[in-house]
Amino acid sequence: MSILVNKPGLLSSVQDGGRHGLQHLGVVPCGAMDGIALAFANALVGNTAGEAALEVTVLGPELLFEEGALVALCGAAFDARLNGAMLPLDRPVLLSKGDRLHVVRAVLGSRAYLAVAGGIATAPVLGSRSTYVPARFGGLEGRALRMGDRLPVAKDAARLAATRYARLQSKKVFDGAIRSVAWSVPALTRPEREPIVVHAMKGRHHDLFDAASQRLFFEATWRVSPDSNRVGFRLSGPLLKRERAAELNSEPACLGSVQVPTGGQPIALMADHQTTGGYPKIAEIAAADVPRLAQLPPGGSVHFARCTLEQAGELRRVLRHRMDTALRALNWTFR
Amino acid sequence: MGDAAVYAEFGDVIDLEANRALQALAAALRARQMPWVRDIVPALCGIALHFDPFHPQLPEAILESCEALLVEGFQSAGKHEDSGRRVEVPVCYAPELGLDLAELARQLALSQEEIARRHAKSEHRVLMVGFSPGQPYIGGLDPKLSVPRRATPRTRMPEGAIAIANLQTAVYPHETPGGWSIIGRTPLRVFDPTLKPPSLFAPGDRVRFVPISLSEFERLT
Repeated sequence: MSILVNKPGLLSSVQDGGRHGLQHLGVVPCGAMDGIALAFANALVGNTAGEAALEVTVLGPELLFEEGALVALCGAAFDARLNGAMLPLDRPVLLSKGDRLHVVRAVLGSRAYLAVAGGIATAPVLGSRSTYVPARFGGLEGRALRMGDRLPVAKDAARLAATRYARLQSKKVFDGAIRSVAWSVPALTRPEREPIVVHAMKGRHHDLFDAASQRLFFEATWRVSPDSNRVGFRLSGPLLKRERAAELNSEPACLGSVQVPTGGQPIALMADHQTTGGYPKIAEIAAADVPRLAQLPPGGSVHFARCTLEQAGELRRVLRHRMDTALRALNWTFR
Repeated sequence: MGDAAVYAEFGDVIDLEANRALQALAAALRARQMPWVRDIVPALCGIALHFDPFHPQLPEAILESCEALLVEGFQSAGKHEDSGRRVEVPVCYAPELGLDLAELARQLALSQEEIARRHAKSEHRVLMVGFSPGQPYIGGLDPKLSVPRRATPRTRMPEGAIAIANLQTAVYPHETPGGWSIIGRTPLRVFDPTLKPPSLFAPGDRVRFVPISLSEFERLT
């Protein structure tokens, strides 16, 4: 069973919970840029949190379903059409054989996850289905979708769709064209108001920067530059300067590290980040806030609020609690 | 490094012996199989632990827990055993592939042949694998060959490029940008995700570069 790609969209790729455990061999973790939206999309169709889904970016794909499927679209608010009718977001929707799903464009945020009951069934590579375009592996032939692709989904996707949809209680059909429910999960990562506030801790090399740069990083409003991608978000704003520009040894880098190359324009490392790097790190973004930064479109603005390691932990606990609360209700519904 | 990783650095001078101790520490930590630890990355002068920030068993006092883990790791690691692996890397040092040899020869006041001879003569060791999948940072370069990074990085390093900077050698597994000076090229596939292990190099490996001719290079690719 597969999904036919009539139009690929701007950048649509298979992503899951990430390729972990191989960074010592330089293998980049990849995975969904917004892991919260991926977890919600999967939960809505009865999958585990890290199952492979389709990550769509700003301009989405046009898809033809060759079999029935239970799907959910979460993350950025997208204008999406099912056979021309508005597709409701953040909830399970039952599709029939021959249905056309057009994920038109993002209205708020930039990335959304289309989960399918049973999951997307491209071959796992090194334990993950995530696409890593720079080294051309994972997902569909290690690349973004193209016109005419057939995206494989689980063999029993149509059967799973029927049984899981039947098990959904409080079922309410909106109208003849859409089979879905009247409730939805909350969207936790959309940039409702800009500049968004993202928490960050002082980085390992924070104190190597001059006093003005240390202050400016947490005071300026930064814009996501158009040449940003899944590897990193380039942030335009004031240029950050070090007291002395000595070369540093390359050392491990991680998701949310904010590096400052010689030019002075910071780069926030995102899902496809290199595993090591030699640029100084002025800050580290709190893990709970990385998915919200990932939702900023090019030109979107962000303000970094300084926080401590303990505060970052508290942000994670609050987020985990909000997610668990939403997901608990779902598990009950699926029984 | 933020709230999803810890990096412990044990100095800022690259030392082969200290790096060996880090490889032993990484092995000891890996043997512990902590469920919340995703990645253990031995680096040039330190070690990083990456964790799942939402794992239910993640300790609340993460810094203290990691510190204790490292101390226990050092105690159980004890002797700095070699990974035991020796990797022979055939390299064609012909000027057609060693794109920066002519410039290096001028800079170092050595002939191109002498640069190749010295590079192939010394024993090297993988200090870290990182940046992109399978890319080794290899220590043990003859100090006579030490040059800083190029002022302007190349936008495209060829796949298999053997390049040097400071006291290290790198092998480029994929066509990526890079600022190191290219002295040759290997026909070996450095990274193949379908193989086990996927990477030709692992931290701690001993490496020898074996000169091959241009015709051998072409036969092997």
